[in-house]
Amino acid sequence: MSNEAVLHANVGVSGHDAHHDEHHGHHHETFISKYVFSMDHKMIAKQFLITGMVWAVLGGLMSVLFRLQLGYPDSTFPWLEDILGKWAKGGRISAEAYYALVTTHGTVLVFFVLTAGLSGTFSNFLIPLQIGARDMASPLMNMLSYWFFFIASIVMLSSVFIETGPFSGGWTAYPPLSALGDASPGSKTGMDLWLTAMALFVVSQLLAGLNYIATILNMRTKGMSMTRLPLTIWALFFTAVLGVLSFPVLFSGFILLIFDRNFGTSFYLSDIFLSTTNTALPNEGGSAILYQHLFWFLGHPEVYIILLPAMGMASEVLSTNARKPIFGYMAMVGSMFAIAVLAFLVWAHHMFVTGLNPFLGSIFVLLTLLIAVPSAIKVFNWLTTLWRGNIRFTPAMMFAIGFVSLFISGGLTGIWLGNSALDIHLHDTYFVIAHFHIVMGVASMFGMFAGVYHWYPKMYGTYMNNTLAYIHFWITLIGAYLIFWPMHYEGLAGMPRRYYDYGVWESFKQFVELNRFISTVVIIVFAAQFFFLFNFFYSIFKGRKVTTTNPWGSNTLEWTTPIKPGHGNWTGEIPEVHRWAYDYGKDGQDFIPQTVPVGDNETQH
Amino acid sequence: MATTATTKTKWWAGGRSPFNVEYGKVMMWYFLMSDAFTFGAFLIAYGTTRFATNGWPDPNQVFNSFPGLGSGFPLLFVSLMTFILIVSSVTMVLAVKAGQEMKKNEVVKYLIWTIIGGICFLSCQAWEWAHLHHEGAWWGSNPFPNHDGTLSSTNFTNFFFTITGFHGFHVLSGVVINIVMLIMTLNDTFEKRGHYLMIEKAGLYWHFVDLVWVFVFTCFYLI
Repeated sequence: MSNEAVLHANVGVSGHDAHHDEHHGHHHETFISKYVFSMDHKMIAKQFLITGMVWAVLGGLMSVLFRLQLGYPDSTFPWLEDILGKWAKGGRISAEAYYALVTTHGTVLVFFVLTAGLSGTFSNFLIPLQIGARDMASPLMNMLSYWFFFIASIVMLSSVFIETGPFSGGWTAYPPLSALGDASPGSKTGMDLWLTAMALFVVSQLLAGLNYIATILNMRTKGMSMTRLPLTIWALFFTAVLGVLSFPVLFSGFILLIFDRNFGTSFYLSDIFLSTTNTALPNEGGSAILYQHLFWFLGHPEVYIILLPAMGMASEVLSTNARKPIFGYMAMVGSMFAIAVLAFLVWAHHMFVTGLNPFLGSIFVLLTLLIAVPSAIKVFNWLTTLWRGNIRFTPAMMFAIGFVSLFISGGLTGIWLGNSALDIHLHDTYFVIAHFHIVMGVASMFGMFAGVYHWYPKMYGTYMNNTLAYIHFWITLIGAYLIFWPMHYEGLAGMPRRYYDYGVWESFKQFVELNRFISTVVIIVFAAQFFFLFNFFYSIFKGRKVTTTNPWGSNTLEWTTPIKPGHGNWTGEIPEVHRWAYDYGKDGQDFIPQTVPVGDNETQH
Repeated sequence: MATTATTKTKWWAGGRSPFNVEYGKVMMWYFLMSDAFTFGAFLIAYGTTRFATNGWPDPNQVFNSFPGLGSGFPLLFVSLMTFILIVSSVTMVLAVKAGQEMKKNEVVKYLIWTIIGGICFLSCQAWEWAHLHHEGAWWGSNPFPNHDGTLSSTNFTNFFFTITGFHGFHVLSGVVINIVMLIMTLNDTFEKRGHYLMIEKAGLYWHFVDLVWVFVFTCFYLI
């Protein structure tokens, strides 16, 4: 559909050569149509971002609560009983509550914060602005995708408040624990709500992903060939493709799980004796491993759904603030493509010790270790982009460099874990926790922070406060390493994850003080996030006003729009693109925006 | 950077759709890929479970009834169902073609035939399910013995009802979509737009549902 047609919803035609010089942003908008059921991609992006921030605070708070248990297992906190009631009798979190908190923390952070909050925000915000489109291909579907996410959020949140508590069997929801309501309190209504929320979430992701793909392929402005796209757009494109192809498999797995829970089937169940009710179950012939295959066929691409947007944004922020072209543009695109393909071929490395055939395991070791190649290419390209750059240490740049640091630190331990022989020792220990939190969790959060600090002026027309941002950065970076680095040692020593109290194990008593240290840092880092939250909301209203359309001296198209673009983004025609997005420091010029035609005497690039 | 397009029309250079189609069709193709993964996951789950199970009922013994004729007609009824669905795909092609030629009356005629085909298929499936249920088959209960007469796993019926049910749900959605298309055609919505592209997208979906049935049919009735 043409860009004009998106706004005026008239005909769908295949080309859009004719850009009419129309004035946009003159629609009559009510509060409801502008802020609630908005179809403007920029507003939907902000809705995703702020919902994601609410979830990040809740999910982070959950981690603080269960870290209190891990760090101070012998202490009591009477105020915990005040807020958690029967889940923290006498001021100590019960085992059920501990597992519920861990489970909800994982689900919320992986799906609601780092999937919806990250790619939901920046796909919506950046795709139309950076490819030169008035809006998404289908603004209606875009709006629906947010509201499906919103309903999923409500359902997930409601599961926290029911009598039997939220689901408590881990974010991966392995059967039989997740399939049998009698197995634990959290497997009752909490699990039904969890599945409902996740199914709604899959619908939201599908609506969003189809829209992102169609928009990027069909609606690029004149001259914006695929190889002139900023790397953010390439990253968001691969993210959307991964989501569209992997979430349906999870959906199938969930449907089979729903049947096992409610309709007496045995897809995942066989030979089970339930000690809680003292009964042998009639289910025969199913396989719990089948669920794990279906889950991890989504689960592994999901890791890259989380990571790729952060990679794309870090590339853009690094290049802009190093005032240098991104090093190896095509290698960056190629390595993202390789990562997207390999993402579908490595899922069984999450299952090395579940009884998988060791020969099959060895194939997955090979494919897993292959991912190190494109990942290393990306790291080298980021470092060579920084090399001898004229670096401006804006808060966004700090977070982008922090992202590269975390990606290296967390990525190296991935090489350990990718080996099935080492995995016999390392699986289900704190080594795994440390690995994926650094490489996927914190690194992607850093990518997200880089994105927020960098594009905040475009979102709200004001700047965030730099001092608060630097404090936020240093506490978060140092804190992240202080929290997760020691966990490697705990994991190497064999300390398992998902235990409620390590004090009863002679082998792990040596870690009592280390656990207390980690928990203390967790509280400090969580508190430091309020520097960001305050900065974010205060600056919307009171931040320093942006007075120039291109505050960072950046090449991409979003900085050619008015300071506060209306619905339709550009007044008048959409600009035409003449060059790639990374002409920094070329021929003695600081930067050359994509809209500048190639001059006669320009050097090749 | 070098541009990628070398032909006279630079399809990928921006300012146009590289496939010369509007966004809805791009979305439909990607949606169908996504849906193919849903069905693929179901059928692979079915295949692995069946592979790991000793013995499986013989479809010729299970599906051998025909309404009004009684039993003893292996796979006859499902052949009729498959035939109906394939014919409805043919009428859908004719509706799409009529739309491309802007012949409203033809579009209406063939859409009605497609809808009738879809409803016939769903009715057949309803009869088959009711018949199997009458014989004692349902989610969690399987009255049919294995090939060799031994007791069979309930996963035969579990997978059968889940996957054919999921496919039937897709057919139902397709019928609803086609009815909406019919109403829009009768209201001259597409005449006013000047094209019948919506019918083409509905057609893609309908053919996909047909194609999935070929795999479901093969997996449950033939193998």
